Amino acid sequence: MSIDEERGQSDLTEHSHNHSHEHGEMSELSDTQLRVRSLETVLAEKGYVDPAALDAIVEAYETRIGPQNGQRVIARAWADLDFRSKLLEDASTAVNTMDNVSAVGSHLIAVENTPERHNLIVCTLCSCYPWEVLGLPPTWYKSAPYRSRAVLEPRAVLAEFGVTLPDETEIRVWDSTAETRYIVLPIRPAGTEGWSEEQLAALVTRNSMIGTGLAQRPDEKTGGS
Amino acid sequence: MSNTIHDMGGMHGFGRVEEEVNEPVFHSNWESRVYAMNRAMGPLGLWTIDEGRAAQEGLHPAVYASASYYQRWLLGLEARALQHGLVTSEELAAGKAIEVNDRPNKIFKVEDAAGLTRSNFDRAPGGKAVFKTGDLVRTLNINPQGHTRLPRYARDKIGEVEAVRGCHVFPDSVANGKGDDPQWLYTVVFDGKVLWGPDAEPGLKVSIEAFEPYIEAL
Repeated sequence: MSIDEERGQSDLTEHSHNHSHEHGEMSELSDTQLRVRSLETVLAEKGYVDPAALDAIVEAYETRIGPQNGQRVIARAWADLDFRSKLLEDASTAVNTMDNVSAVGSHLIAVENTPERHNLIVCTLCSCYPWEVLGLPPTWYKSAPYRSRAVLEPRAVLAEFGVTLPDETEIRVWDSTAETRYIVLPIRPAGTEGWSEEQLAALVTRNSMIGTGLAQRPDEKTGGS
Repeated sequence: MSNTIHDMGGMHGFGRVEEEVNEPVFHSNWESRVYAMNRAMGPLGLWTIDEGRAAQEGLHPAVYASASYYQRWLLGLEARALQHGLVTSEELAAGKAIEVNDRPNKIFKVEDAAGLTRSNFDRAPGGKAVFKTGDLVRTLNINPQGHTRLPRYARDKIGEVEAVRGCHVFPDSVANGKGDDPQWLYTVVFDGKVLWGPDAEPGLKVSIEAFEPYIEAL
């Protein structure tokens, strides 16, 4: 009856492959593209959205609001113990004292990795993620495999990211089921004594702030995710 | 809806977590437009974030499972725009406005994109928090038809209150058009074996953010 159901048919027949888009991409995408264009046109003509404002939102997430913010926050926490304790106490307030990080709203919470405890962030019910400090989430974070398995078998998930931790280490999974948003404060790598915040920030990967990675060691710095 | 496909915690069969190397912020232009429309429509005050979630949860499970993330956002936004009478299906089919919008409404402006910070979900409490850090609690066994944020894997389980997070808008109320109905929010942590049984991975602890109506004293 509805367009949603028609959409469903199209999805089921043409978009059943999560990762490989070689099959049916052109027809499937053009259908979705037309549909998006139609919705935007109608909403704009009726005065509900301003296309220039949409451009500005896209630009913000492609430039200003990304994991570089989180990297600077973590580097500051490693370099400045006073800031670290403020971050762990009230992350929203602490982050807003930084002038090289875009502003954040309410309910940001930082959780600290230690040799005894490794933290991992997930949202099993949708894909809640700390957009303001990490930008928009990667596809894997929003995927069914991650959302289903992170709470059930996080060690197996971590192994797929190349992270293996001792059995004695507690794995603490935070399911973001409300409007609180979590960011992991990873362990500062050894051999970085006296480094500047800028140098330290380069070791902070996005995944290390989600918990599916560790901060890079000085000898493995690659600038990866 | 609550007991449907979006509630994925603990499900089997979805396979490995695949990471895309050097993933772009958006994979195509339409994804960015869908995202931006959702962000721009939020501040209009026509619906809440929980109504937005509920709209996606209302998709048929087979549609939800096979649609991509931004396709779900598109379907959810279309459904709400239709429900709230902002657009008609004739207009969407035609790709242009047919009716005149004579309702006054706010609009998200270019300069508003300088902010884009999160809203505050704290609300004045109606009473004191019933639970405190360290309390042992049991989550309720509930299976509501409407929206809830208590995942199935964490229902009827004993856990410990680890933090009191303030008094927040209650999704189970606001998503169903019944107002904010503010409730105390707690971080409740469960042992892996409580959730998954004796074969749980070693050293596993899982927490959820639980609204006060989700839990009872032991």
